[in-house]
Amino acid sequence: MSDFLISFWQTYNTLFYTIFIHGMLGLSIYLTLACGLLSLGNAAFMGIGAYTSALLTMKAGFPFGISLIAGGILPSMVALAIGIPTLRLSGVYLAMATLGFGEVVRVVLLNMEITGGSMGINGIPQKTELWHLVLIMGIIIFFFIRLRDSKYGRAMEAINEDEVASSVMGIRTTYFKVWTFTAGAFIAGVAGGLNAHFTYFISPREYGFEPAVDILTFAILGGTKTFWGPIAGSAILTVLPEMMRFMGPYRLAVNGIILLLVVLYLPNGIVSRGTFISLKKLFSERKSNA
Amino acid sequence: MLRVENITRDFGGLRVLDDVIFEIEEGTIYGIIGPNGAGKTTLFNIISGLLKPTGGRIIFNTIDITGLKPHAITAAGISRTFQNIRIFKEMTLLENVLVGMHRLFSYSAVSMLFELKKKRREEKELREKAYDILSIVRLSEKAGLKAESLSYGEQRKLELARALATEPKLILVDEPAAGMNPAETEELMGEIVRINSRKYTICLIEHDMKVVMGICRRIGVLNFGKFIAQGSPDEIKNNPLVIEAYLGRDETGA
Amino acid sequence: MFYQQLANALALGAVYSLFAIGFTLIFGVMEIITLAHGAVFMVGAFAGYTAATKFGLGIIPCLIISMAASGFIGFVLDLVAIRPLRKKKFHHLAPMIATIGCATIITSIYQGIFGAEAYRFPFDFVPNENYEFRGIQLTQLQLTIIFTSFILMIMMIFFLNKTKWGKAVRAVAENSRTGALLGIPVERVYQFTMIISSSFGGAAGVLTGLNFNTIHTFMGGPILHRGIAVIILGGMGDIRGAMAGGLILGFAEVLSVAYISSDFRDAVSFGLLFLILLIRPSGIFGKKIERKG
Ligand SMILES: Nc1ncnc2c1ncn2[C@@H]1O[C@H](COP(=O)(O)OP(=O)(O)OP(=O)(O)O)[C@@H](O)[C@H]1O
Ligand SMILES: [Mg+2]
Repeated sequence: MSDFLISFWQTYNTLFYTIFIHGMLGLSIYLTLACGLLSLGNAAFMGIGAYTSALLTMKAGFPFGISLIAGGILPSMVALAIGIPTLRLSGVYLAMATLGFGEVVRVVLLNMEITGGSMGINGIPQKTELWHLVLIMGIIIFFFIRLRDSKYGRAMEAINEDEVASSVMGIRTTYFKVWTFTAGAFIAGVAGGLNAHFTYFISPREYGFEPAVDILTFAILGGTKTFWGPIAGSAILTVLPEMMRFMGPYRLAVNGIILLLVVLYLPNGIVSRGTFISLKKLFSERKSNA
Repeated sequence: MLRVENITRDFGGLRVLDDVIFEIEEGTIYGIIGPNGAGKTTLFNIISGLLKPTGGRIIFNTIDITGLKPHAITAAGISRTFQNIRIFKEMTLLENVLVGMHRLFSYSAVSMLFELKKKRREEKELREKAYDILSIVRLSEKAGLKAESLSYGEQRKLELARALATEPKLILVDEPAAGMNPAETEELMGEIVRINSRKYTICLIEHDMKVVMGICRRIGVLNFGKFIAQGSPDEIKNNPLVIEAYLGRDETGA
Repeated sequence: MFYQQLANALALGAVYSLFAIGFTLIFGVMEIITLAHGAVFMVGAFAGYTAATKFGLGIIPCLIISMAASGFIGFVLDLVAIRPLRKKKFHHLAPMIATIGCATIITSIYQGIFGAEAYRFPFDFVPNENYEFRGIQLTQLQLTIIFTSFILMIMMIFFLNKTKWGKAVRAVAENSRTGALLGIPVERVYQFTMIISSSFGGAAGVLTGLNFNTIHTFMGGPILHRGIAVIILGGMGDIRGAMAGGLILGFAEVLSVAYISSDFRDAVSFGLLFLILLIRPSGIFGKKIERKG
């Protein structure tokens, strides 16, 4: 039995690490989605965090913890700079600005010397351990739990439902939006740092538009009614592609199809009452047929 | 209490509000009537900070609130409802009211994270208060239900409760009777009179003149962006300009 | 030298304009940003390429086939991803997310078929001749691109302003509810807008493929970023703004490549977008943006 567990762990431990990192990324975009905003820049924030923390540990010899935090702070500063002009406007602008921003980050990473251009950075010391991931994920979840039943959580939900009505209720909507966008960038940056210190190697390719769509898919599939949604979505979408390797280049299409089907048929995602009700229906139909 | 001074507003080339002047006295119900497209809602949007006026000033209790952000205007003590109900449908009634109370919570993010006493106490006290507010409009029994499950008339009342929750001094109510039958309208007007009797000043937009006649101290008539008359209900009823511009054309109030 | 750059910029910018006017029209009429417009552009380019290489057709039939193919994709997009979401109760982000899903599907199918390598139009697809105007060299290719783009754009403007259908489109863009009251079949107008806008995107794909002498399956991404910059620059939903915005971006890119560095060409559009968001978010010609109560 324990032999089995050991070999299972040896085969799949990467998968566990990845589930945690993807979970954090899913939560990072959830934070903005919960305010009714679409950020397509979270992969780029992850990238900034990954490069920042990797360079700090490798070139400056910073302790891991410090470079992780720096890897969260820099992207959130950048988010602040992008967020303040765009978030005064309707939500569409954020989606578009962040989409363009992701491209810029990729181009900059490709062309800077210190980032190693298209070769990326190799040989990042492997410092991320499972307990780091569990701890940080725990902190994030703790934060979301406390947020849920507070004035801040309610304000975000209200903004998501109706921004104009919220502003008339005395909520400083722009302030909240900037804040959640920035905090989302922080989480994405830390996740990027953790990932960099786990995979040895990072390159600009990992932080372009496609990863941004992946992150979005985590959250949308899982659902954005509660923060458990993105966590579940990330876990599913991390395990699923492993099983779909046989699909080769069409694997990405599966992501697209999931995104489309969920938006159309499960608008609240998998972790929602809708799923519960349709499952119940399914089973009661089965029973009545039998 | 509220003084609207020479408010003008253009949309593109169109002058939707033209030099609107009026004043609302503390503790009264002020009625604004006028046909479709007269600019009534636009006036509310300007007072509540959702739109900026092209010209003019709005003075609230001697403070100039022109051009302030909506949340700042709410903080100054003006709250409103919308013509096309805008409650938070996916939240419970209680949560709707709690959102209205946003400003009254003073605990910090640190309090939130560590569930400090201040947070717990405030949440508890203000929840109780939210129940009280819901009971003003007789909805406290449904406090835990989702707002979307309410009937149309109840949604209107919830929106009023939510407006009350911001602790306003003045409430702007935009056509609350729209889409209601006469019996429901009468009930809602009763509700508004009761709210007014709790020392809230009210400014009420209404389409149907007969509805406001009974409850307003003063009425202003808006037509094509201009205030064509102002006065007591009796004065308005007998004003030839009003009869011509408004009653003659729009008796049904549809 | 400078004037030569202007000629290059004109060819580049004209295609950006062509891409962006469909993009902005969809926003103006349907109030959605379709992030699949880049994929539609790529489909158009490959349709034109296939027509040219497999069937040996000339540029005009190729353009027509490409526009038909991308128009069809636009029709399908509307059918499967946008129309079902038009009902009110969906979240306002839903259509945008659905189009992201579609873009991913389309792109990865094409990557499955065509792989990641670059394809080229036949060598003599457009005769390789040069013309000279007052010292400025213009290739026949550039002339073709500029000419085709402007003809198509003029046709679009003529269509919107002078034909019955065009007026219906504009009426719906103004206000869909009054449009419906006036007896305009709003659903049809939406469908039609998607088709015609997408076909313009497809034509832009062919012209871009010619201009750079390459097409590949990931060409949709960069043009999408530029399209976004252009429609914000020109004011969202503003056709003329999109035309001007495309030209401005074309000039900005060519000049920055010529006088600064070619490495950051892909970042110019974002720089412009960010600048406009900072100083004039309603776009260069736009009126002030306001929230409605
Ligand atoms: N955001 C806007 N942009 C352009 N025009 C607007 C805008 N808001 C209102 N208008 C125009 O301003 C005029 C006044 O509208 P408003 O909604 O204030 O009228 P109203 O008196 O509230 O009418 P109703 O009785 O139908 O509610 C109308 O002609 C309307 O079309
Ligand atoms: Mg109105």
